[in-house]
Amino acid sequence: MNAFKLLDGLVAPLDRANVDTDAIIPKQFLKSIKRSGFGPNLFDEWRYLDHGEPGQDCSARPKNPDFVLNQPRYQGAQVLLTRDNFGCGSSREHAPWALEDFGIRVLIGPSFADIFFNNCFKNGLLPIVIPAETVDTLFRECVATEGYRLAIDLESQTITRPNGELVRFEVDAFRKECLLNGWDDIGLTLRHAEEIRAFEQKRRDMHPYYFA
Amino acid sequence: MKPQTLYEKLWESHLVRQQDDGTALIYIDRHLVHEVTSPQAFEGLKLAGRKPWRVSSIVATADHNTPTDHWDEGIKDPVSRTQVETLDANIREYGALTYFPFRDERQGIVHVIGPENGATLPGMTVVCGDSHTSTHGAFACLAHGIGTSEVEHVLATQCLLQKKSRTMLVRVDGEVGPGVTAKDIVLAIIGRIGTAGGTGFAIEFGGSAIRALSMEGRMTVCNMAIEAGARAGLVAVDDTTIDYLRGKPYAPSGDAWDKAVAYWRTLHSDAGAEFDKVVVLDASEIEPQVTWGTSPEMVAGVTGRVPNPASIDDPVKRDGVERALKYMGLSPDMPIGEIPVDQVFIGSCTNSRIEDLREAAKVARGRRKADSVKRVLVVPGSGLVKRQAEAEGLHEVFLAAGFEWREPGCSMCLAMNADRLEAGEHCASTSNRNFEGRQGAGGRTHLVSPAMAAAAAVEGRFVDVRNLL
Ligand code: SF4
Repeated sequence: MNAFKLLDGLVAPLDRANVDTDAIIPKQFLKSIKRSGFGPNLFDEWRYLDHGEPGQDCSARPKNPDFVLNQPRYQGAQVLLTRDNFGCGSSREHAPWALEDFGIRVLIGPSFADIFFNNCFKNGLLPIVIPAETVDTLFRECVATEGYRLAIDLESQTITRPNGELVRFEVDAFRKECLLNGWDDIGLTLRHAEEIRAFEQKRRDMHPYYFA
Repeated sequence: MKPQTLYEKLWESHLVRQQDDGTALIYIDRHLVHEVTSPQAFEGLKLAGRKPWRVSSIVATADHNTPTDHWDEGIKDPVSRTQVETLDANIREYGALTYFPFRDERQGIVHVIGPENGATLPGMTVVCGDSHTSTHGAFACLAHGIGTSEVEHVLATQCLLQKKSRTMLVRVDGEVGPGVTAKDIVLAIIGRIGTAGGTGFAIEFGGSAIRALSMEGRMTVCNMAIEAGARAGLVAVDDTTIDYLRGKPYAPSGDAWDKAVAYWRTLHSDAGAEFDKVVVLDASEIEPQVTWGTSPEMVAGVTGRVPNPASIDDPVKRDGVERALKYMGLSPDMPIGEIPVDQVFIGSCTNSRIEDLREAAKVARGRRKADSVKRVLVVPGSGLVKRQAEAEGLHEVFLAAGFEWREPGCSMCLAMNADRLEAGEHCASTSNRNFEGRQGAGGRTHLVSPAMAAAAAVEGRFVDVRNLL
């Protein structure tokens, strides 16, 4: 996994609540057996005017000029502002894979759906939850200012606004540690293999019918 | 001892270790695997030179990509076929407790085959790379949908990294009226608490209306817990649970059965257990539900109307409703009963079990689909459901009504195979998600119960099924 420490990135505002994973990456792209290459199909139904299928050359497809990520001022955005319950719906990890492949490293919103939130951390993406009023302020500033950037520092858990003001955010200590170091949690968990084995044996003795 | 909730009992009995910040390793008893979310996990395992920890925990099937007709012709879409063959190869290489591949007589939707084979048992932790894993909570299992990295983590370590959830009790008191089903109950719950209302919670469903449900009905309710944002839904064990499991292929038998049942009987929240949140609904007030928008919380009773954005104060919410009405092609204040229906889909892990098909058949019997309805798909949840339905003659009822009787699979729930909506078409669907494009680009999904779907097929618009019973 890629480590995440610091980012000073261009911000794009996606002003919708309940953005679901079907919208983030439509199902026809889930047929891939790879982890990469989903970026061109991120938000496929919103981004393009035609219907997308896997394996297409997306550079030749007609783009929807109204969709925020197609606007020239947001090209190269690495930070996405979102509304409530972003990432709801299916557990597909293809959603964070697509965001990451597109170039997004940080998502900022008032709330995220649980499985999506989890999946982000496994892929070097940082989802940040801050109060709705603060999200509102960032949306307003972002829309009003071309080239609006935010500096995100995971170590100190802060977002720095262009005027120098700091927004603090919470992040789970373990997830932070993993993200800062780019650690693979399977490796970490296997350090406790003995404990897992002992637990398993105890459970097998007590409830053999779960192990049939 | 302090009274415990069911969730706390399940959590404690699977806790391998806990770190200071609350992150815990939870032992996983059952790992359900399907073709869409597993290839990258198996690949990761292989690249790291790791082996699955306990293959006897794995129950696998191919369901999302498989066609629902012309099985003799195989899977025509080469990309889908590759994905299904990749699962075949991975199971061949690593092994599993059991695998129901494409065309197997017990193949079916992953959340249907687990319970019907007794591979889902009370007191287990169950995971699957699929958000509707919450379904299995109907058996008092701690069941979580997980992402592909977590699938790999469970394969490699037999554990899941988790933090303890908060607990919510949703109590549905009283009795539902005739024609009101588990689907209507859960849609009404989501309408009340919202699609993010359960985020961070494990929801236990209780109250007399839940107790009165069959296992099929309880699975429908828990299935949609994820649609309320909760990662897990739960229902306590009772006679209904035990009776359902008796004699199932992977359920214990003999002495082991008695021992298991004695333990399973303890899987309920203790009297006086405290929940972080309690929501109470009156079952008698719930009418058949129909979603009108692009999120399951956008729901109304069948006698109700589509909302009017002009009367909503919150700008983000108003904007969401406006966008949904535009996508759905509906006008403000329109009666639900005036929404036309172009296609009907009866199936999915929410409503494709035998009881669901019986309810749909009850309405369809002696009637015919309206001419204006292009197609009515009935897709059983598994080969076993299909066989049972045919033994009861339900397929003949459907065929006589002009419905199509298909092979099992996910089908038009997510339209990864050839079953899908055309842009602009309205669908009465017994599935669980009405997101934009879910059933085909530009398609318009209305979530309903199987009985309501059959009624919509017959009338060509949404009607109150209570008038047809
Ligand atoms: S039926 Fe639908 S919701 Fe259920 S597992 Fe299949 S695709 Fe997912």
